[in-house]
Amino acid sequence: MSDRLIGKAGKRGDLIKRARGDTPFTDDLALPRMLHGKTLRCPHPHARIVSIDTSKALEIPGVIAVLTGRDLPERFGIIPWTPDEHALAIETARFVGDGVAAVAALDERTAVRGCDAIKVLYEVLPSAVDLDSAITRPEIGLSAKKDDNVSKAVDLAFGDVDGELAGSDVVLDGDYFFEGTAHVPIEPHCTLAQYDASGLLTVWSTTQVPHYLHRELSRVLRLSPTRIRVIQPPLGGAFGGKSEPFGHEFTAAKLAMVTGRPVKFLISREEEFYLHRGRHPMRLHFRLGAKSDGTLTAIDARNQIDGGAYSSFGLVTTYYSGQLLSLPTAARSYRFSSTRYFTNKPACGPKRGHGSVQPRFAFEVMLDRMAEKLKLDPIALRRKNAVGGNTHTINGMRVTSNGNLECLAKVEEASGWKERRGKLGFGRGLGVASSAYISGTNYPIYPNEMAQSSVQLKVDRSGVVTVFNGASEIGQGTDMLMATIVADELGLPLEAIRVVSADSDLCPVDLGAYSSRGTFMNGNACLTAARLVKEKLIAAVAAKLEVPETSVFVTRGALCVRGREGDAVPVEEAIQLAEAKFGALGAVGSYKTPPNLGGEYRGGTIGASPAYSFTAHVAEVKVDVETGVVEVVKVWCAHDCGKALLPTQVIGQIDGSVYMGVAEALFEEHLISPNGLHRGPNLLDYRIPTSLDVPQIHSMFVESLDPEGPHGAKEAGEGPLHSSIPAVANAIYDAVGVRLHALPFSPGRVLEALRQRKA
Amino acid sequence: MTLIPITLTINGDLTQVAVHASQTLLEVLRYELRLIGTKQGCDKGDCGACTVLLDGEPVLGCLTLALSCAGRSVTTVESIPRADPLLESFDCHGAGQCGFCTPGMLMTAKGLLAKEKKPSRDSIRAAISGNLCRCTGYGPIVEAIAAVGEGTVQPATEEKLPPPLPSYGAPRK
Repeated sequence: MSDRLIGKAGKRGDLIKRARGDTPFTDDLALPRMLHGKTLRCPHPHARIVSIDTSKALEIPGVIAVLTGRDLPERFGIIPWTPDEHALAIETARFVGDGVAAVAALDERTAVRGCDAIKVLYEVLPSAVDLDSAITRPEIGLSAKKDDNVSKAVDLAFGDVDGELAGSDVVLDGDYFFEGTAHVPIEPHCTLAQYDASGLLTVWSTTQVPHYLHRELSRVLRLSPTRIRVIQPPLGGAFGGKSEPFGHEFTAAKLAMVTGRPVKFLISREEEFYLHRGRHPMRLHFRLGAKSDGTLTAIDARNQIDGGAYSSFGLVTTYYSGQLLSLPTAARSYRFSSTRYFTNKPACGPKRGHGSVQPRFAFEVMLDRMAEKLKLDPIALRRKNAVGGNTHTINGMRVTSNGNLECLAKVEEASGWKERRGKLGFGRGLGVASSAYISGTNYPIYPNEMAQSSVQLKVDRSGVVTVFNGASEIGQGTDMLMATIVADELGLPLEAIRVVSADSDLCPVDLGAYSSRGTFMNGNACLTAARLVKEKLIAAVAAKLEVPETSVFVTRGALCVRGREGDAVPVEEAIQLAEAKFGALGAVGSYKTPPNLGGEYRGGTIGASPAYSFTAHVAEVKVDVETGVVEVVKVWCAHDCGKALLPTQVIGQIDGSVYMGVAEALFEEHLISPNGLHRGPNLLDYRIPTSLDVPQIHSMFVESLDPEGPHGAKEAGEGPLHSSIPAVANAIYDAVGVRLHALPFSPGRVLEALRQRKA
Repeated sequence: MTLIPITLTINGDLTQVAVHASQTLLEVLRYELRLIGTKQGCDKGDCGACTVLLDGEPVLGCLTLALSCAGRSVTTVESIPRADPLLESFDCHGAGQCGFCTPGMLMTAKGLLAKEKKPSRDSIRAAISGNLCRCTGYGPIVEAIAAVGEGTVQPATEEKLPPPLPSYGAPRK
C-alpha cells in the first residue's frame, strides 16, 4: 500500500513504557509468598565434590529449602549432541563459579546466609585455566571421553589450497590472538518460577530462547511439557548472553516445585561474569596467498579456541570460526582447521557475531597486509576479490542479494578515503574492513521439519489485531516490527496492533532471538499471516460491493476500489464484513528456510542462511605515541540490511554494533587468573565504554532488496560488529606503522609494538 | 534486624516506610514500595541504572542508604509524565533499545536540565558518563537530551487517526 509505515524513521512505541516502569522486566515481577533463591558456587577451578552437608543451612530461620545436584540429575545443553551441564554440579565442578547447591529463603540475604552455612568438602583436581594447558595436558581429561580436553574439532577444505599456495606470488603468515569478551547486558539474568495448585509450572525468565528453555525444563525436571509454561518478559539487553538454558532456571523451577511457593533468582553482577557464555578466546594462525595482480589464491586458517568449562554452542562456534571466511572477499581455495578445547573457566558461548568476529579480525588484517605488499589500495583488493550476488560461495553457501560493493563505496566516499588515507600525519590514520553475516540459520538446533518461526493473528471486530508472536523482544524491536508489518498490510493505525510475544501458552513457536533471525524469519511469518487476513477482508468487501476482488486494495484506514477512488470501506467495517462472511477472523503464518542452502558436506548447513548481510567499516584513529592510548575518533559504517523496515532501529543496531566492536578493540577482555578467579567481575574492572569513550559513529544502510526477505529485508543486529575491530587495527597501522596481533589494543600493547618497530 | 520508620517525600507524596539500617534506597523503592521503574544493574554503584533525584540531585539508589533519605525528597522515573518532551525525545531519537538503562539516563538528564537549560553536548556527555548503556553507543541519547534543551521537541500528542473515509455500501447501523 502507499502511505506505508515501513521504511519511515520513527518512534518505538514500547520504549516509553519500558523506561517508565509500565512494562515490567523479569526482576520487576513479584508474586505473593515469593521466596528468593541463591546459588552456592564452587571456589576451585576443578574439584571433585566429596560431600555436601546442608543441615546447618536448613537450621537458619527463613531458609525454606536447599537443593544439591542429586535433586536434578538430568544433563542439559543447548546443542542436543552435547548435553554436559547439570543445574548443580554432581560429582565434579569444572570452574570457579560452577553451582553446587541452591537455597530458597524468605529474602535474599537469608538465602546468602544459607549458602554460607552449607559445608562442601572438595578434592581439588588438576586444572587447565588457559589454552596452553588444555592443549599440553590431555591427562586433565575434560572431554566427554576424559582422554583429552578437546570439545570439538573441524577440518574443512575447499579447492586445492596447497597447490594454490605453491603457485602464489606472495604468501603471508600471521598469528593473532583474541581475548574473550563478555556480553554485559545492563539487565542481569533473573528467573521467577511458580508451581500452582493444578501442577502447572510457570517460568518467567530472562531468556532469548524461551522455546529451548521450555524443552530443557521438561527434560531436566522430568515434567511433561504440557505442565510447563515459559514466559519471556522484555529483556534489558542480551547480545547472545541469554541464548541457552542456565542452571538457575532449573533450580528456581525445582525449588518452586519443592516448596510450593514462587521462587526468584536474581543473578548478581559478579555472578554474571561467571555465567558468562561470552566470546571465545581464539588463537588464530592465518596464511594468505595472492597473485601479483591481487587475485587471492588461498586462505589457510588454523584456530585454537578456548571454550571454557562446558560445550554450550561450541560445536557451532567451531564451524563458525571458519565457515564465514568465504564472504564477502574470497580466495580461490580455502581451508580451516579449528579445535575447541575445554578449560576450567566460565563457559564461552555466542556473543553478537557468534564465532566469526575473531577470524574476521585476523583475515581483514591479513588483507590489509596483502594490499600493502602488492601496492594495492585495500578497498581495491577487496573489490577485486568480491563475491557477487546470485551465486554460491566456494564452501557451497547460496548467496542472493549482495550489497558488499555498495557498502565499500559508501564508506570510501563518506570517510574521504582516497584523499585522506595515509595523509593524516604520523599518529593519525584510517583503516578499512568488510564482512558478511547470516540472516538466520538454515538449521534448527534440534533436527525437525517444522517451521522456525510462527505467528498467529487474532482480529477483533473493534479493529484491534493481536499478534501472538513466539519471537523474543530483547531490545532490538521485533515487537514493533511485527506491529508495523501488520498495520501496513491491513491499513490499520499502529495503536490498533497489540503484540503478545514469547509466551509458550499463548504464542506459536519461534526458535529465539539468535543467529540474526528476527527480521527475516519472524518478519516473513508475520507477513504471511497478515496477508491471509487481508485476503479475507478484500473478499468480504468485494462480495459486498459486488466488484471483482482484484479491484479492491488496502489503503491507510480503508479498503478502496480501483476506479472508484472516492468510495471506501473503513478497515473496521471490512473486518466486520469478513467476520460475518467467514466467522471468527484470524490467521497463522510461518517461515521455514528453503532446502539445500548449504554445501553437501558434514557441517555444510552451519553458516548456510537464506540471506547474507554485508558491512564495510572505515575507522579513523588517533594514537598517542607517548602513552600508547588509541582513540577511535570516527567510524563510518555502511551495512546492507536488504531494506530498512524500521530505519531508526536499523541505525540503532549499526550504532550499537560499532560501539560494541570498538569496545572490544580497545578495552574489553574477560581475564581469568591462574587460580580460576575472574580478574575483575564488576563494571569498573571489566570496563565497558562510557559516553566519554565512544567515537563519532556515522551509520549508513544499503538496501539491496533481498528477494526472499520480508519487503526485501535482512539482518542488522550482528553483521555490523564484525568489521569494526579490524578496521581499527588497520587504522592504527596507517597512523603509526605498527601491526597489533592481540586484542584488545591496550596502551601497553601499543607501546610495546612501537618499541619493537623502533628496534 | 530492627525496622526503623522514616518519612520521606517520593514523587511529591509524603511516604512512611519502615526500613532496615542496611537497606538501600534502591531496595526500598523497588522491593518495598514497588516503584519498579528504577532498575538494578550492578548494585555496586558502577552502572547508573538506579539513578534517582535526591532533593533534585542525581544519586545512585544502590549506594544511598534509605535511612539517609528521611525527611528528604526523592524523585523517580515514575514522576515523568507520559507526554514529557524528554520521553518523546528519547523515543524519536532511538535513544533507548532495551530500555533498561533508560530510567537512570532520564533521571540524570532531568537533573542536568534542571541546572542547565540548554546543555552543550560535551556537558551532556559528561553528565551521563556514570550511566552505562550497552545498546545505543550513546550518540542518540546525547542528541535526545540536547534536543530538549534546544526546544526542538514537540510534546507528545495523541496520534491522529486518519479521518473517517466515506463508506461505499458498507453496513450501516
